[in-house]
Amino acid sequence: MAQTAVADSDTGPSLTELARSHGLTKAGRLPRLPEYTRHLWSYRHFIAAFANAKVSASLGSTKLGVVWQLLTPLINAGVYYLIFGVLINTKQDVDNFIAYLCAGVFVFGFTQSVVQAGSQSITANIALIRALHFPRASLPIAVSLVEVRNMIASMIVLVAIVLLTGEPLTAQWLLLIPALVLQTIFNTGLALFVSRLISKVTDIRQLIPYILRIWMYGSAVLYPVTFFAERIHGWQLTLVESNPMLIYIELVRHALMENVDLAQPAPLLWLQAAIWTVLVGFGGYVYFWRGEKGYGRG
Amino acid sequence: MADQRQPTVIADNANIVYRIYGSVAPGANSPLASLRRIVTGKKSAAVREVHAVKGASFVAYRGEAIGLIGTNGSGKSTLLRAIAGLLPVERGGGIYAAGQPSLLGVNAALMNDLSGERNVELGCLAMGMSPAEVKEQAPGIIEFSGINDRGDFSSLPMKTYSSGMAARLRFSIAAAKKHDVLLIDEALATGDAKFRKRSEQRVRDLRKEAGTVFLVSHSEQSIRDTCERSIWLESGVIRADGPTDDVLKEYETYVNK
Ligand SMILES: Nc1ncnc2c1ncn2[C@@H]1O[C@H](COP(=O)(O)OP(=O)(O)OP(=O)(O)O)[C@@H](O)[C@H]1O
Ligand SMILES: [Mg+2]
Repeated sequence: MAQTAVADSDTGPSLTELARSHGLTKAGRLPRLPEYTRHLWSYRHFIAAFANAKVSASLGSTKLGVVWQLLTPLINAGVYYLIFGVLINTKQDVDNFIAYLCAGVFVFGFTQSVVQAGSQSITANIALIRALHFPRASLPIAVSLVEVRNMIASMIVLVAIVLLTGEPLTAQWLLLIPALVLQTIFNTGLALFVSRLISKVTDIRQLIPYILRIWMYGSAVLYPVTFFAERIHGWQLTLVESNPMLIYIELVRHALMENVDLAQPAPLLWLQAAIWTVLVGFGGYVYFWRGEKGYGRG
Repeated sequence: MADQRQPTVIADNANIVYRIYGSVAPGANSPLASLRRIVTGKKSAAVREVHAVKGASFVAYRGEAIGLIGTNGSGKSTLLRAIAGLLPVERGGGIYAAGQPSLLGVNAALMNDLSGERNVELGCLAMGMSPAEVKEQAPGIIEFSGINDRGDFSSLPMKTYSSGMAARLRFSIAAAKKHDVLLIDEALATGDAKFRKRSEQRVRDLRKEAGTVFLVSHSEQSIRDTCERSIWLESGVIRADGPTDDVLKEYETYVNK
């Protein structure tokens, strides 16, 4: 780390100049953002193969295999319904509480699992990073892709639940797709952000379960969103209602359900969702890129 | 002299430090302790630093084969990883290289839960090959590795391989690509005699295409056979750099002391 001034003035300039005059590039030089993005794009096949490999590695050891992708969200929804729908009875005046609850649980679960897996994506693959040369953003992006697969499975379950509980199939359902696309970009940015953060400050990994739990309670997953408006007002309410997860969940409920109370009018929700997506998606990417050359250090 | 020869790798006062985050006392990793460290901005007590390469400076030229010798833990693998750009060099120095140097090591990590075939695919894609190239090369790689000599092992997970088999597959994947600057970390020492012969031939072929070759080996014979110049690294410091015979002699007297 600390080098003597003598070594610097002795060998430093001349060797560095020699390297420059022969057009050598510095090992570990940070590429510029457009260059990095092109490089990442040329690794898209690697990203897809890595995501596939992760899925088959994790499901390969179970007997039911792919069935778990459908079973996991079902069990999840069942547990939450039992606790919050039946035992604690937070449903209040929501018409179709099962569908309402499941939409929240699955949409939040999508982001939650991306954050959990993303927080490991650099630290768990440090050997791969030290062995091979590829744009490191491939790893968190692959994690996000894996979770997209799981999300699609849970959305199939969700759609079935919503239909079975009596909601009509309308053209508004098409809004589900842009809402989930926005959330996917948001999640990818978040995965990039946490993976760099945790590769630098490993301690934060310990706090992630708590942060996620607080975030879930603040996102109106387990109780109606009107719960907040009844209790807090003014800037506090604005703050709570600008929570991106609350917004994405509201958008999905808005797309799938007929009579549902939204925290804000739908166009306003869409606008905020778009802002969050750009902010976190792009911000996370830039933040990750700036650390590109340090990930091998561990 | 430097004007006529084309340098391919230049290290200028390169320092490389590993930082290890491990747990110390059981209590030090609890959420509360984490929070306190984050809030107070204090570095985790569990962070330890290993200064693996200390102020290395050298110039390697096109057409050279350079042997890298030193006792275990002297920093040879670390130096090669830094040349390949896989490990960052500390501020105040740098390593410069022509093109993208390729590291061919026995420790290249693959995914143990996946079959050999899937690992070949992933490894090739990670080296920047296109899917079409991978498809074309994959049978050759598996054939060359010889893991299918005793039955259809390429479709079994890598955790079922013997260590030699895994090493052979890793070498075969890494050797499937053309390289500008080639860094070989004990890749010649893997496998049985039959595979070693095959891999040595492969490395000679690769050397012809490469501008510069670095070879780490604990076998004096293979250093003598392949390298006209050697660098001796000890505790992260370059102790000698020159013709292989001279450097090896110095190294031997040091080891036998
Ligand atoms: N991943 C790592 N994290 C922390 N320290 C490391 C790591 N890898 C190596 N080191 C340390 O860096 C130093 C140099 O290790 P390196 O692997 O470069 O040695 P080497 O010369 O290749 O040894 P060998 O001949 O055994 O292969 C050693 O002190 C080692 O403990
Ligand atoms: Mg080594």
